[in-house]
Amino acid sequence: MKLFRADLHIHTVLSPCGDLEMSPSEIVKNALRKGLDIIGITDHNATGNAKITKEIGERNGLFVLCGAELSTSEEVHCLAFFENTDALDRLQDYIDMNLPFVKNISSLFGYQLEVDENEIITREEDRLLTSALLAKLSDVQLFIHSLGGLFIPAHADRLRNSIYSQLGMLPGGLDADAVELSRNCKTTNFLSSHPELKPFTLIRSSDSHCPGDIGTASTEFMIEKPCFDEIRMALRGINGRYVERI
Amino acid sequence: MINAGELSRELELEIISGSGGLETEVLGGYVSDLLSDVIGNAERGAAWITIQTHLNTIAVASLRELSAIIIAGGHQPESAAIDRSNIENIPLLTSRQDAFTVAGRLFNLLNRE
Repeated sequence: MKLFRADLHIHTVLSPCGDLEMSPSEIVKNALRKGLDIIGITDHNATGNAKITKEIGERNGLFVLCGAELSTSEEVHCLAFFENTDALDRLQDYIDMNLPFVKNISSLFGYQLEVDENEIITREEDRLLTSALLAKLSDVQLFIHSLGGLFIPAHADRLRNSIYSQLGMLPGGLDADAVELSRNCKTTNFLSSHPELKPFTLIRSSDSHCPGDIGTASTEFMIEKPCFDEIRMALRGINGRYVERI
Repeated sequence: MINAGELSRELELEIISGSGGLETEVLGGYVSDLLSDVIGNAERGAAWITIQTHLNTIAVASLRELSAIIIAGGHQPESAAIDRSNIENIPLLTSRQDAFTVAGRLFNLLNRE
């Protein structure tokens, strides 16, 4: 086993706030340049650019976890990752069912584009993806786990769209595979004010919106090889796999 | 001075649960959907207007010793929140009117002679 470096929170050009340069090819190129072994593709309430990024990554020796950053009805952001494309498609169905139709105004919020590996636009998303889903945090957690996915509340230290900002305290019965802290969060300070987080595996990611952000925060996984199951075992700290303290 | 029970009559709110706390005096009001903001800034005795329906609203109201929670906009509290409000004796009240309207009515009610 050895350590693999992961940045599990990266937005593509499908997120309205994602830079136009954040095409799947550009993300893979930058991730490799930064020495990452694993990345997570997490667009706001969307999965459309994840598979193509995984394909490009696989050809270039980069493991890509496919998922999304979901916004629950409480406006808590959480990362969801799935092992296979079938489960990812079911996540997209769930999003389609629960995303209210608010038309995106690209001049205000930004473009929401699906692109191919040559950066040719294949589809523009009409619905504003940063809206909150009509699904509660507890339901989202249940749904993700029902498909064998990973459920990770995002940037817990942030003053907006975090589990603490929206819900004031960690909800009882939270069944998270990990909790994410943002780039500049001082772990020791945060844990001393939130000791209830100590039982959870913590990860740190960049929440990249432009190529320069990629890899500016990362988490090291002690695993056999980069794959979904190994990552899950590391998050759970079983079979000798673990996540390095951030 | 007005209590939570009188408040619910004056503002035409439905009493969902927590009726053990209807005698609690309403000392002010607070409007927010960020629970961290309520923890940081709501004053003791305030009636809290929100569209959040999560169980944690009860914990926050209890922590800040709020007099009542008013869920605006026709939103319905989660069942776990209803159960907890009965234990904590924090009135959980609902209105079909939006938060702006409920807050305006509450403001007028608390500030009339």
